[in-house]
Amino acid sequence: MEKSLGVVENEICVLIATDQDVVAARQQGRAIALQLGFSASDSTLLATAISELARNIVTYAGHGEICFRVTQNSGRPSITVTARDSGPGIASIEQAMRDGYSTSGSLGMGLPGVRRLVDEFEITSVVGRGTTVTVRKWKS
Amino acid sequence: MEVPILKQGEILIATVQAALTDSDLLQLRRALVEKVAKARARAIIIDLTAMDVMDSFASRTMREVAHMIRLRGAETVIVGIQPDVAFAMVQLGLTMGGVTTALDLEEGLEYLHRKFRTIL
Repeated sequence: MEKSLGVVENEICVLIATDQDVVAARQQGRAIALQLGFSASDSTLLATAISELARNIVTYAGHGEICFRVTQNSGRPSITVTARDSGPGIASIEQAMRDGYSTSGSLGMGLPGVRRLVDEFEITSVVGRGTTVTVRKWKS
Repeated sequence: MEVPILKQGEILIATVQAALTDSDLLQLRRALVEKVAKARARAIIIDLTAMDVMDSFASRTMREVAHMIRLRGAETVIVGIQPDVAFAMVQLGLTMGGVTTALDLEEGLEYLHRKFRTIL
């Protein structure tokens, strides 16, 4: 918990290892969004993004964590969601961010789709070390 | 969380009651493909009103159900996708490609009754 001029930050992390954790994480994200006064529509967009990020952790890395951080900056709240794993990492982020690309035979729309659901999107990945995806959504 | 499947005449109706995990979705797929022949159903309706999120896995599984049911000689109608869920699906880049959808259970049943009457 950190407090400074008009900014309140508080981070909650949940472990992601099973498909039940995927549902729990997106439900938690939606609950936080609704609590902050996000519209039902924006809350669903965020929950959908979290579902995709959490599933990527289970599918590619086996386990990892998802953290939620709420920032109330001069009255306009935002939620930052960080999905972190120590899995195999992504060799080509450029390729992974292209619509239609996948290494697991899935739809291959994961990351580019997630980027469209949120306001800010950042990804870092090191092969053999893991992947961190950070997304942020502002209350509209 | 098991999804109850009810038989109404020649139609099977699966009503999702709460958010489904990936394994729940796969279990539903298996149950529908098995039951459609056992019940000699001509169609199934999957009611997704209670689905909180339709992500890539859920959408793909629903498309697969529809294709498998077609191979079993019956038809699938997906109903009840909520407005916010539909919005998120489109933003994510998902489609239900070629799968029949209807607003709600009532519309889905009406569609099938109309269609079967035409065939008969």
